[in-house]
Parts: sequence; structure tokens; C-alpha cells
Amino acid sequence: MELLHNISVNHYLGLCVALFAVGVFGVLYRRNAIIMFMCVELMLNAVNLALVAFSKMWGDTGAQVFVFFIMVVAAAEVAVGLAILMMLYRNMKTTNTDVLNKLKW
Amino acid sequence: MLSEYAFWFLSFVAVFSAITMVITRNPVYSVLSLILTFFSIAGHYLLLNAQFLAAVHVIVYAGAIMVLFLYVIMMLNLNNLGEVKSSVFMKILSVIAGGLLGLVMLAVVKKTDEINVVAKAASQDVGLVENLGDVLYKDFLLPFELASVLFLAAMVGAVYLSKKELA
Repeated sequence: MELLHNISVNHYLGLCVALFAVGVFGVLYRRNAIIMFMCVELMLNAVNLALVAFSKMWGDTGAQVFVFFIMVVAAAEVAVGLAILMMLYRNMKTTNTDVLNKLKW
Repeated sequence: MLSEYAFWFLSFVAVFSAITMVITRNPVYSVLSLILTFFSIAGHYLLLNAQFLAAVHVIVYAGAIMVLFLYVIMMLNLNNLGEVKSSVFMKILSVIAGGLLGLVMLAVVKKTDEINVVAKAASQDVGLVENLGDVLYKDFLLPFELASVLFLAAMVGAVYLSKKELA
């Protein structure tokens, strides 16, 4: 199914997979909690893009409403997550996840 | 024709700046390249006739969330904080894991047959605010109202967590 001229939905899925894989790679690669958090945002956006591509494919509004709600949840998540990171930094003077290992078994 | 070139250009910018976001050492540069990624994703939304989502994406992500990240990084003064080097072994492992995940999912997408769906009539205006609002306030009214409760909880949580006396 061509969404654009010569561009099928599989092209969009390929792009989403690439962005998602970069996000996963970033979470594993970086030790800075804020950067890891940003990589999670990137993964959310990759999924959003896939949903919008499907919405275009089916000509349906539901997927776009889902994307809207994902954005809502991401905004709330960022507010709380950054507050937690601020607390962590205030108490531990670092955001490095190698140092923040008190919950490690 | 033009939209095809736009797709490849936006995809290239998105993936390139996402990789830059991961590998650059300075967190401020990371935030800036993630903003670039978000703008190219907004361009993709425009290409896919999701105009309202493109606007919301730019306003919420590039305008609010990333500014929040930038504020926190500047407030904590993280940009000159030398990151403790993680071990080379872990880095190689993460490259292998991320690469393999991407490879497997790409192979799945490539193996999938092209799906042929007849899109509904008038699917061009699906992304307009009029149609989206219609669905949002009729079919998704309860989740929409619950989202406000979620925001209230998040707001209270963020204010409570960042109070000084807790530290």
C-alpha cells in the first residue's frame, strides 16, 4: 500500500524500527540518566510515527487519538521523571546510573 | 515525487540526529539533536496528513518537554560534568544488542508482504482538528477526562518531589 508516491507503509515501519533501535541502543550505551530518559522519549516517538502511518493506511482517526494520548502520558512522565532526577542529583550529586546502584541486588 | 524526496530527507535527518543524540558527550548537544529529530518527525506527520498531530508534536515535544530537559541539564550544570566512563565491554555489548534488535525487526518488516488496504473515503482529512476532535470528544471522552486526572497527579507529584525540605 503506497502512502506517498513510491513510499509504502513498510518504508515507514523501517524508519520506526531504526529510530526505536537507536533509542534502545542509547539506553544501553549511555550512563547518564537524563540521556537515557531522552532515549525513552525517542522510542515513544518511533511508535507514534508507526501509529500515524497505520492511521494513514486505514484512513482511520483512532490511531491518531492514540498518538495524542501517548503524548499526554509522555508529558506527565517527563514532569515526574525529571523531578525524581532532580531529587536524586540533590541527594547523590550525580545522575550516573553506575553510581546510583543502591537498589541493585 | 516531491513527497518521496521529502520522506528520504526527513528520514535521514531523523536517524542521523538520533544517533548524534546518543553518541555526543555534551548533554546540551544531545537535547538539541533530539529536538532536530522531533522536528523531522513532525515533518513526517505533515507528509502523512496528520496536521493537528504535527502541530501538537512541535508544541508539546519540541516546545515543552525538551525545554524542560534543557532547563534541568542547565540547572544541574551537567554539561561540564565528566561522565564516568562505562567499561568497553558494556559498550560493545550495547552496540551488539541494539544492532541485533534493529536488524531482527528490520528483517521482519522486510519479510512482511505489502499489505493492501482500501483506505476509507475522505481519508485525506483524517488528521484535521475537526475530525480528530469529533472522535476525541465522543468515542474517547472518558480517557480524555482521565488524562486530566493523570496530569493533576503528575503535577502534584512533581511539585512534592522537588520541594527543598525533602532533600
